Parts: sequence; structure tokens; C-alpha cells
Amino acid sequence: MDFLNAIIAVANYVLVPGIAYGSQLALGALGVTLIYGILRFSNFAHGDTMAFGAMVTVLATWWLQSIGVSLGPLPTALLALPIGILGCIGLLLATDRLVYRFYREKKAKPVILVIVSMGVMFIMNGIVRFIIGPDDQQFLDGERFLISARTFREMTGLDEGLAIRSTQAITLVTAVVVVALLFWFLNRTRAGKSMRAYSDNEDLALLSGVNPERVVMLTWIIVAALATTAGVLYGLDKSFKPFTYFQLLLPIFASAIVGGLGNPLGAIAGGFVIAFSEVTITYAWKKVLGYLLPDSLAPDGLVQLLSTDYKFAVSFVILLIVLLFRPTGLFKGQSV
Amino acid sequence: MNTTVKNVSLFAIVGVLILLTGFLQSWNAAILILNMGLISAIMALGVNLQWGFAGLFNIGIMGFVALGGLATVLVSMPPTEGAFAAGGVRVVLAMVMGAATITAAVLLYRAMAKGWPRTVAMIALLVVGFFIYRAVLDPGVAAIEAIDPAATGYLGGLGLPVLLAWPVGGVFAAGAAWLIGKTALGLRSDYLAIATLGIAEIIIAVMKNEDWLSRGVKNVIGIPRPVPYEIDLQGDSGFVERAAGLGLDPVMASTLYVKLLYAGLFLAVLLVLLWMAQKSLASPWGRMLRAIRDNEVAAEAMGKDVKRRHLQVFILGSAICGIAGAMMTTLDSQLTPSAYQPLRFTFLIWVMVIVGGSGNNFGAVLGGFLIWFLWVQVEPMGRLLMDIITAGMTDGYWLKTHMLDSAAHMRLFTMGLVLLLVLRFNPRGLIPEK
Repeated sequence: MDFLNAIIAVANYVLVPGIAYGSQLALGALGVTLIYGILRFSNFAHGDTMAFGAMVTVLATWWLQSIGVSLGPLPTALLALPIGILGCIGLLLATDRLVYRFYREKKAKPVILVIVSMGVMFIMNGIVRFIIGPDDQQFLDGERFLISARTFREMTGLDEGLAIRSTQAITLVTAVVVVALLFWFLNRTRAGKSMRAYSDNEDLALLSGVNPERVVMLTWIIVAALATTAGVLYGLDKSFKPFTYFQLLLPIFASAIVGGLGNPLGAIAGGFVIAFSEVTITYAWKKVLGYLLPDSLAPDGLVQLLSTDYKFAVSFVILLIVLLFRPTGLFKGQSV
Repeated sequence: MNTTVKNVSLFAIVGVLILLTGFLQSWNAAILILNMGLISAIMALGVNLQWGFAGLFNIGIMGFVALGGLATVLVSMPPTEGAFAAGGVRVVLAMVMGAATITAAVLLYRAMAKGWPRTVAMIALLVVGFFIYRAVLDPGVAAIEAIDPAATGYLGGLGLPVLLAWPVGGVFAAGAAWLIGKTALGLRSDYLAIATLGIAEIIIAVMKNEDWLSRGVKNVIGIPRPVPYEIDLQGDSGFVERAAGLGLDPVMASTLYVKLLYAGLFLAVLLVLLWMAQKSLASPWGRMLRAIRDNEVAAEAMGKDVKRRHLQVFILGSAICGIAGAMMTTLDSQLTPSAYQPLRFTFLIWVMVIVGGSGNNFGAVLGGFLIWFLWVQVEPMGRLLMDIITAGMTDGYWLKTHMLDSAAHMRLFTMGLVLLLVLRFNPRGLIPEK
């Protein structure tokens, strides 16, 4: 019985949150990795792109709520998501037209594009704060739990409860759908294949008649969809606050690099590696060990390896280890 | 118009802007801008050394600045009574153990042949080392934090003169830079960027959470000052007389006097560093750095040790940022770890360097002053702009209220815009590299 309790405790505090967080990171890292593969620079504005898309979705959600539209048990934000994606596509295409295209035509060095993306980050951050303010915003509605801890306990008769919040379930389902769509697009459609060809070898792709501007436009559209979805899912699961999206930049980049920059499959794997390391290292294992070990050996302290405030350190250390021992990432990525 | 005249007039324009602030707003505000401008200029000088001279992309400036701030506390605050006896020994021992574990792991990595036994042995060593480290550290930390947590609850400092903290801040930052440089230099430029971004976040996290070291979010206040206190000056009859002779009331005169003293100290540091940066730029060492920046492969073929030069300049630039950080904490006379924001302490410095002119020390200094002035003044200007835009709307209309409330967020937007415009239309900056 104790053994089962221990498993449930691990599932409740490590597995479920880890899967949800991992899916959010994976979606974010996919955006970073696509930009790196096609446009060949690290986009520091990605966190704020996520914030912008999520902000448009939040505003649309409030509007839908005010006219009485809802999805019943599901959050209204899902209905507002396409509006957010459209808004984000508009922003990214405008940014590309006004800012990035100039440097692309000049064939500027990647590091210049990184600095340019810093400027874009400032501007997007300013826009988001200007429109919605720097504070926490609440936009979650609908059913809170898929299974609450109490129902689970009553169902199974165990001491430990397993709570699955509806946002966690939605995160996973949405992420699976989005990733499936993305891979179908990249591997099965003509446009997707031209994107991969362009990413693999620019000159060869150009010779084969791939239109570079079209590829770039497609990339921004896909990135906008990914970033908005990631931002909204993160906002539903935790809460929407512009600054937290900026802080997500580090784990997202860590995921993309750990997986191998430019490699979409790697980005997903990297997202889960980072998420699970963060959650397991910052979780207090006292309860689980208490179930597993005989009473005489039960630990006194919390058995928490690092306090939760150091979760950045976890992604950073993993990043360093990968960079030192396997610079192209777990899956082979590009290195320019 | 020749370049000298142009450059002098650019500096003159910034000077006039600061003077105008004095005439139109208040002299207090003007000297505050001057002081922070001086500090910003030093930070920009450090970043220019890394980016302008060597093309290294460091976006962890905030971390080095914060380390400088930490140095100020550790050097100048009085030691907490009994704290060292309570847990200091354990903490020091734990730090030594931690360092020993990592060194042992590195030695093990070098000694053993490649393969899974090495991986397993290293992981085992690190895990065991980590648990011993925590077992030694935790009781010590608990003992230190238990000493009068409302007022102290930390080790305190050494009680030395605060000016000593400035070079120490540089040394702290240099140490951190050495660690990062050893691991991340030589990888691609983006990787160095991410690594520095990460280390900065970690340094801030440590300062926020390790209460025994820096009191965490409880902040350290009342750091000793290198200049007299206003209250003492107002009590000094000689000073009051002199102030009256200038037609100033004692309160006003004392605040201005103190700020000007700070300005003098900062200016001295800036001039020394600027002189050193200019000398090194013209030296064979500086030429070698620029050769490496412009063509790494060719420089390496000529027998230049690229990695070593990069490490040197990375450490030097970071040390300068550390010195500036210590100076800033001295000026504030308090350490507030939660005030360190990457947009303000990393990316703003980058805007200064790019706008001023990367690769030119005078450009970096000019950028430091100019952008700091803008950063301070954009807020009132934004409010003015919003007032003008919303003048036609009725009071209480939601859009008007919203726009007036959000004027404060114009800052980031303006900085981004300035950066993008300069990069697009004048990528070499206001005072370009020769």
C-alpha cells in the first residue's frame, strides 16, 4: 500500500506538473528552433512574442466572456486562441517586414540579428506592458479539475490523492495536437518540405526553386502559432504576467540547445528533459521516502535538493553539461 | 566638420541636456543623472571592451553588476556579532568542500579513460559531494540566520572602508567571468550569450535566497558611505556659513555637496578606466584583439592564442562592470537584490554601447550618458505626449485613463526604438570606431 502511495505522490507532484511544464517548454523551444533553423539566429524576442500572443488571447477571452460566450467546462481562452494567433501573426509579419528583412537582404552576421532581436524584445515588452500592464491577469474559467485529490482518494481508498487540473490535461492534449500538425506539415506537405530543404542547405534549396521569402513568411506564421499556444497554455496553467515570459527565455533556450538547435524533435525532447530535471530537483522528497523507507530510516529534513527559487540554475547546469560534452545537443542540431 | 569638433560637440550637447535639467527641473535631479550617467558610462566601457574590441557577446552584465553590489556589503558592513562563531566555520568549510568536489570531478574526468565507467564515477562523486556539502552547510546557515533575523541574520561584512569594495567588486566579477569564460568561450557566440544570461539569473537568485550572505530580499540598508552625511554637514557651522555665502539654504547645499563629492569620485574612476582602455586599444594587445575580432581564422594562423585573449578581455570587461556595480550600491547605500532587472542592467547597457559607437571608448562613454539621460527623461516626456494625445478626450473616458496610466511603460518601447533606428541607419554609432 505504501508503495502505491509513493507512486501516486510522485505522479501528483512530479509527473503531472512535469508533463504540463514540459509541453509548454517544448512548444516554446520549437519556435526558437524553427527560427534558428530557417532564419539562422537566436531570437531573444521569443519570450515577449509569447507574451504578446497570450495578451491578445487574454483580451479576446475577456471580450468573449463579456458577451456571454463560453465553452462550458473548457476555458473560454481556447476559443480565443485563434484570435490571439492571428494577432501574433500580424505582429511578427510586420516586424519581419519592418526590421528583419533589411538585415536578411544585407546578409548580416547572425550576432547582429541577435542584437536586433534584443531591440524587438524591448519594443514588444513595451507594447505588452502598455496595453495590459505589468500585473498578473486572471483569464481562466470553466472546470478547475479533471480529477481532484479528494475524488481520487475516495475512488481508490489510498491516502495520497492524485489531482489533475483541467489546464494540465488541456496543455498536454493541445501540445500533442499542435506537434502532430507541425510534423505532418513539415514532413508531408510541399511547403513544409521546402522549409526543411531551406533549413538543411540554403543554396541548394534556392537552386531547386524554393522561394526564400515564402519560406520565411511561413516560418513566422508557424512560430506565431506555436508561441501563442505556448504562451496561452503557460498562462492558463500558472498565470499571465508579462515578466514571467521573459524569464521563460532561459529554460526555453536551454531546451532548444539541449535538444540540438534547429532540430524540432530535439526541441520537444529538450523541453521534457529540462522540465523534469527542474521539477525533480526542486521537489521535496520527504513524503515519498517516508512511504518507501522503514520508519527508522525516514528522513528528518525535506530532502529537497535545491529550493524552487533555483530552478533557473537547474536548466543552466544541464545546458552547460550538454554544451561541454555534446555541443550539438542530444539530437544532432546545426552549428553555424 | 572634422571628427574632433563633432565629438566634442556631442559631449557638449549631453552636458547642455543635463544643465537644462538643472535649470528646468532641479539641480538635485541633474546631479543624480550625472552620477548615474558616470556609472553607466563605466559599465558601457566594460561592455565595449568585450564587444567593441573583441566581439564577445555578453548579456549577463546584470550578474557582474550585482556581484559588485555584493562586494560592497561584504567589505564595508560591520560583522554581525557572533555570526561567524555560530555558523561561519561550517559555511566556509562547506564552500571548500564544494570547490574540492568540483576539482576532484575535473581531475577524475582527466584521469580516467573515456567510457561509461568514467561517467558513472563522476556522477557518483558529484552526488556524494553534494550531499556532504549540504550536510555541512545547512546547520551553519540555520545558525547564522537565527541571529536577530529582523536586523541582521547574516554574516555581515568585514567593516572595512567602503572604497575598498570597488576593486573587490571588480575581483568578484572577474572570478565569475573566469568560470564562465573557461566553459563557454570558444563555443558559438549565441551559446556564450545564453550562458551569460543564465549565470546572471543564478547570481541574482543566490543573492535573493542566501540570507546568510546578503540578507536576501530583506535587503541590506545603511551601507557606510565614503562621503560625509548631510545631517553632519548641516550641523557644521563652517559649512552652513559657506552655504549662506553662496546664497543656499543648508539642507539644499548639503545634499548637492554630497552628490558632487560622489560625482568627483566616480569621475576619477571613469577617467582612470578610460585612460587605461584607450592605452590598451592602441597597444599591440588591442590591435591583436581587433585582428582576432575581424578574422579569427587568420589571427589564429598567425599564431595568436585566440581563446586566451578572449578569456582575458572577457574577464577585464566583466571586472569593470563589477566595479561599476560596487559604485552604484555605494551611491544607493543599500543592496536590494530584487531591484536587479535584466532589461535595466543588461540590455540598457547594450543600447548605450551600440548607440554610442561600439569599438570606440569615447563612444561608449557618450552612449552611457546620453541613454541614461533618455532613460530618466522619457518618463516625463511620455506623460507629456500622452497628455497631448488625450487632450481632446473627456475626463474619465477609459482610454484616456488607460493611456495616462501606461505612460510609464513608454521607456522600454523608446529604448527598443532607439536601438533599432541606430542599428538600421547608423550602425557604427554616434562616435564610430576609427
